[in-house]
Amino acid sequence: MVVWTDQERAFIQDIFSKLNYEDAGPELYCRVLIVYPWTQRYFGGFGNLYSAEAIKSNPMVAAHGIVVLHGLDKAMKNMDDITVLKGLEKALKNMDNIKNTFTALSELHSEKLQVDPGNFQLLGDCLTVVLARRMTTDFTPDIQAAWQKFLSVVISALTRQYY
Amino acid sequence: MSLSAKDKLAVKTFFDKVAPKAEEIGNETLSRTLFVYPQTKTYFAHWADLSPGSPQVKKHGLTVVNGVLNAVGLMDDLKGGLLTLSELHAFMLRVDPANFKIINHNLLVALALMFPEDFTPEVHVSVDKFLALVSLALAEKYR
Repeated sequence: MVVWTDQERAFIQDIFSKLNYEDAGPELYCRVLIVYPWTQRYFGGFGNLYSAEAIKSNPMVAAHGIVVLHGLDKAMKNMDDITVLKGLEKALKNMDNIKNTFTALSELHSEKLQVDPGNFQLLGDCLTVVLARRMTTDFTPDIQAAWQKFLSVVISALTRQYY
Repeated sequence: MSLSAKDKLAVKTFFDKVAPKAEEIGNETLSRTLFVYPQTKTYFAHWADLSPGSPQVKKHGLTVVNGVLNAVGLMDDLKGGLLTLSELHAFMLRVDPANFKIINHNLLVALALMFPEDFTPEVHVSVDKFLALVSLALAEKYR
């Protein structure tokens, strides 16, 4: 059962508010496909992924990175809703939101995209590197701690509908 | 997965830049490992102060990074070169090898935040491969 402190919530919202999705999204996906090349198996329709240069200049890679960041943005906006909450009224208000946000996405990744959930961790690690590069010393240990927690909750929610 | 000539060159060039900042990198790496992954603190229960940036964390962080820098020079034979260190980790320290992944991740974070321009995707993949092979060499004597 995940409980977010006010500070953690603020940290995560702050990270996303400072992140330029149009810039970071492409970098994120370039890193995933270059650093963990076996992930290219899911992107057969993306055309030329044969070299680092090709990946970096591939517009479909760039566009998809932005899509994924918007997905994480949705997670951030529904942070309190990602799993069960304490407080009956909060649960009543938000439970259907969580279900819709993550059940649908999890089913999509499982049934339609058929992505091995191990890849979610790889993407998470690349995104952590992207953040570290951009925030440098602002990415303090306590911000990183909140961020890793957020990532593991998102990964868990995305994996939930696999069977 | 083994290191190509291109990987070795990327690793050597990048770590030549990193070496002067070894103490800072070590501090960031170990501080984050202990703080973000508190289960790692179990190996340092004998320290007085496990908080980020403490003197013991700084000192030990440097030891670890110096170990990595040393491994850069041993890239052509990591298993052979790191045999003694492997025995240390296997028989004396008995660190669960799962933790090698954790410290590697935090080392990548430290490198990315201190060298944002140099830590390109190409350098990232070569360094990630290198660290994975160092971890494998360190685990060699475990069983």
